[in-house]
Amino acid sequence: MARAVTQKRKLIATLAAWTIGMAIFFPILWTIITSFKTEAEAIADPPSLFWFDWTLENYNVVNERSNYPLHFMNSVIISLGSTLLGLIIAVPAAWSMAFVPGKRTKDVLMWMLSTKMLPPVGVLIPIYLISRDLGVLDSRLALVVILTLINLPIIVWMLYTYFKEIPGEILEAARMDGATLKSEILYVLTPMAVPGIASTVLLNIILAWNEAFWTLNLTAAKSAPLTAFIASYSSPEGLFYAKLSAASTMAIAPILIMGWFSQKQLVRGLTFGAVK
Amino acid sequence: MKTTFRGLLGATALCTVAGIASAETLTIATVNNGDMVRMQGLASEFEAQNPGIELEWVTLEENILRQRVTTDIATNGGQYDVMTIGTYEVPIWGAQDWLLSLNDLPAEWDADDILPAIRGGLTVDGELYAAPFYGESSMVMYREDLMAAAGLEMPEAPTWEFIRDAAAAMTDRDNEVYGICLRGKAGWGENMAFLTAMNNSFGGKWFDEEWNAQFDGEAWSNTLNFYIDMMNESGPPGASNNGFNENLTLFQTGKCGMWIDATVAASFVSNPDDSQVADSVGYALAPDNGLGRRGNWLWAWSLAIPAGTDSPDAAKAFVQWATSKEYTALVAANEGWANVPPGTRTSLYENENYVDVPFAQMTLDSINSADPTNPSVDPVPYTGVQFVAIPEFQGIATAVGQQFSAALAGTTSVEDALANAQALTTNEMEDAGY
Repeated sequence: MARAVTQKRKLIATLAAWTIGMAIFFPILWTIITSFKTEAEAIADPPSLFWFDWTLENYNVVNERSNYPLHFMNSVIISLGSTLLGLIIAVPAAWSMAFVPGKRTKDVLMWMLSTKMLPPVGVLIPIYLISRDLGVLDSRLALVVILTLINLPIIVWMLYTYFKEIPGEILEAARMDGATLKSEILYVLTPMAVPGIASTVLLNIILAWNEAFWTLNLTAAKSAPLTAFIASYSSPEGLFYAKLSAASTMAIAPILIMGWFSQKQLVRGLTFGAVK
Repeated sequence: MKTTFRGLLGATALCTVAGIASAETLTIATVNNGDMVRMQGLASEFEAQNPGIELEWVTLEENILRQRVTTDIATNGGQYDVMTIGTYEVPIWGAQDWLLSLNDLPAEWDADDILPAIRGGLTVDGELYAAPFYGESSMVMYREDLMAAAGLEMPEAPTWEFIRDAAAAMTDRDNEVYGICLRGKAGWGENMAFLTAMNNSFGGKWFDEEWNAQFDGEAWSNTLNFYIDMMNESGPPGASNNGFNENLTLFQTGKCGMWIDATVAASFVSNPDDSQVADSVGYALAPDNGLGRRGNWLWAWSLAIPAGTDSPDAAKAFVQWATSKEYTALVAANEGWANVPPGTRTSLYENENYVDVPFAQMTLDSINSADPTNPSVDPVPYTGVQFVAIPEFQGIATAVGQQFSAALAGTTSVEDALANAQALTTNEMEDAGY
């Protein structure tokens, strides 16, 4: 009897999980399906889910009009570059806060988080002027640095949480064995925190990939990533839903595939330390 | 032999470097509508004619483009050599000396050929600050079959009274057919573009000559009450969320009897590939109330050169090419007369090849019936038909638009919406020093 109840519960839980999962994924699925429709079919009422004349026309138009490889490479460089730079700064910062906490460590952490509370547009003009004076407007370098700074609080917070779970005694043991600070972080701490670091990296890449304020406002022709590529197909006066969907599908496909393959690490990392 | 080879190699390298150094790159920021995308496709002709100039394109959605180019020009960022801007920006930026004057474009460009209404909107103190690429107004698009079924005939120049009665007669809610579709979504370029133009035809205005807000006057009350009563009686459900695209979808799928919006929509609703009602669309001038002003707006997407450009001559050469009669002929030769950018030059409407294009005459008449320098029945201190060309307008009109959208949704009364609009406009204008 007890077994039957468990089975029933399992079934309900599975069904609920699938329902929620599909509800979350449906807008993406709809975008992908719309990208294979004509503009007329894209606005048809009632809409057709699968039974329409599938066409690659939108992808052809998008490829003809835009330089997708350039935008794609810009996205890759900006998201990987900012993540790597962020990690180089955040690992020592999180180490010091987790293992050598001071009286004000909690305040520092909160202060770092508070920088995320400022609406980005509030600092648009100062950052624009600084970029102009440094001659880095429309450059990938400027975006790498800015996205690093924007995502740094999140990286530090996540790493801090993971590092806190690692017993300090292990690091002490390494020190007693003569490990320097550098080798302690590099060869003892980092390997133990790999799941946490991996999920931090993945999350940060996704955040940087989707960032659509600075990447739109500080770029022009040379360093514009995929966010600008999508923005060139949205229009308040003209129905280009099918083309916009094709551009969106091309923009999200790489990150979607990356997320798919690394979901195990992501889930493991995000739940790391959640259950004690 | 080796020395000769090295010499040749060196000379070739030098020539290559010199070639690269002499090539000028123009960065052009533009909106992603059909005419602009077409220009991008044909720009190789310009590059072929001007071998020293290379073009780089930044194509963006209108609101993002506006934010980006405004940031750049206000900070003298110098990222763009040519910008696509509207009739709202030109008077403000021109007055700030942010744009280069185009008065010195050569005589063969023929500035006198530009439609007077459009030229007036792009000129500040006698200086032309932008070259119009295409112009548009607004007009009535209607279903001829539904109009005939209702036993009515659309006059060429209807009154608001007729529109309201026709909308009621065409409405068939059981079959999801609504007599009239109008913008209701809040925003200075959404519902406020329509309502400001409509208010002109009701004898109203945004400000009197002393810059006092006029929402407490009779004209705005009449305008808003008429609009909301008509929409409640004959409009689609959820109209307060509808902008251009939503209404275009409704019209193209046969759910609107009439739609008053941008003339550029005519090319979409009459295209059988996209529109289910393409063969039964008629056009008429925007309505009036017999006061001498119609409820239509005036807009031109124009090419302007920021004062901070490093390549003023090359930029002028491009602007001249893209807004010339020769460019119009190039589009006609490649894509047909129906696809040439409309609404900027008198000569286009005198061209016998263009006369047969449907809605051409209606577009011209609509543009000619709007006067950006004298938009309302009474004199006003501002330029702009569906906007007021001051920097504060975007913020104020969007806030007012939220009030009016709420009144349409029924979450606030017309009286309260007008009172709030009056209060917030007065506050903002006082803060701005008017």
